[in-house]
Amino acid sequence: MVKFGVFLQRELRLLARQKSDWLNPVLFFIIVLTLFPLGVGPEPNMLRIMAPGIVWIAALLSVLLAAERLFKDDFRNGVVEQLVAAKHALLPFVLAKIFSNWLSTGLPLLLLSPVVALLFNMQQPALYAMAFTLALGTPVLSLLSVLGAAITVSADKGGILLALLILPLYIPLLIFASAAIEAASMGLAYTGQLAVLVAIMLFSLALVPMAVCSALKINVS
Amino acid sequence: MFKWLDPLAKPETLYHFCGKLLPWLMGSAIFTLLLGNIWGLGFTPTDYQQGDSYRIIHIHVPSAIMSMGAYLAMAIAAFTALVWQIKTAQWAVLAIAPIGAVYTAIALLTGMAWGKPMWGTWWVWDARLTSQLILLFLYFGVMALHGAFSDRQTGAKVASLLAVVGVINLPIIHFSVEWWNTLHQGATITKFAKPSIDPSMLWPLLISLLAFKLLLAALACYRLRTAILENEQHRPWVKQRVSQK
Repeated sequence: MVKFGVFLQRELRLLARQKSDWLNPVLFFIIVLTLFPLGVGPEPNMLRIMAPGIVWIAALLSVLLAAERLFKDDFRNGVVEQLVAAKHALLPFVLAKIFSNWLSTGLPLLLLSPVVALLFNMQQPALYAMAFTLALGTPVLSLLSVLGAAITVSADKGGILLALLILPLYIPLLIFASAAIEAASMGLAYTGQLAVLVAIMLFSLALVPMAVCSALKINVS
Repeated sequence: MFKWLDPLAKPETLYHFCGKLLPWLMGSAIFTLLLGNIWGLGFTPTDYQQGDSYRIIHIHVPSAIMSMGAYLAMAIAAFTALVWQIKTAQWAVLAIAPIGAVYTAIALLTGMAWGKPMWGTWWVWDARLTSQLILLFLYFGVMALHGAFSDRQTGAKVASLLAVVGVINLPIIHFSVEWWNTLHQGATITKFAKPSIDPSMLWPLLISLLAFKLLLAALACYRLRTAILENEQHRPWVKQRVSQK
């Protein structure tokens, strides 16, 4: 636990110094959102119907954008190698990475969601559903993008490969999240979809950190 | 069981073991493939609703089921490779991946060819079709990841890791027709109840299923043998074998 605190402090300090690392994905999210009404036309009803999907896809892409550089610097300057050698420090390091990644990319999206709902004329139930699904879903996005970053950390062409690997794994999340928002916008109950999202989150929270650790070990050896 | 399996981790033993299996697997695969497909395509009764176009199920259903079966086999090999650090299991992962990708592509293409006359469209964004497409992307991901590392060993290990993670998609594909009520029909054979298909159509279908399974095993053995030779090319036993011929 102490180690987790130390690593988290380090990650947050790095983020505070490298503002572009977390500001760019958020700006990217907003820009993608503004592109959609320009691309498909400003018809308010159509935008309201499409909003859940648009928000979620923008969220997926912006998280992916932040993912590529997650482990690159630590890998190049040997931090990852040292942590793999000192066995017990690796898991807290990975957990701190995941948590700081969520704080820097997932949380801003969550805070932006009321503004987005205003932009797309979403009704109140749909807004709540979107906030709930983002709150439950963004941790999974962070977990999986950290996994992707760890898998491709020593690959020659990491960036585009990362998208190919991680986007298919995002799809269950996308399906249930947009189903929940759609049900909410029609005034139906959406607790079932939320329960599935909780299950996905707990499941990946339990298993993904271990997979990240073994991916880092493989890349170092 | 482990006493029997353990020696197979050694590349040379595995090479000869696969070599012994290969003619049997390939022979029976060709026999059942011809039997199942000729029987299914030529001699089964015509469907009262769909006419003759339903016959494509004798290719579509086996390839779709075995595309998931191949993924499962690949994932088990990957798990073995990661947990027990067995090199030959890593090669097995990479041996199975392209075969599985081709099966998935066959399932998608035959499904499209059937969908045009029956549903009136080549493609719908139906849950099962979409998740099958994702399965294809997962196969591509495993293969691309293997090629992305300058160090072959790292590439193979990382590809194994991805194969294990991607297993999560299998239950999603299988249950997609139950979770989302969409255009694709529900399960006919792979359920714990009496199959909802007439026995005269069921038997050739089951034979085709067996044929696709045997073909998968045969091709995997063949590719695995090639992979072993390629990876062990500096070992004396390979050099000896090559110089003998």
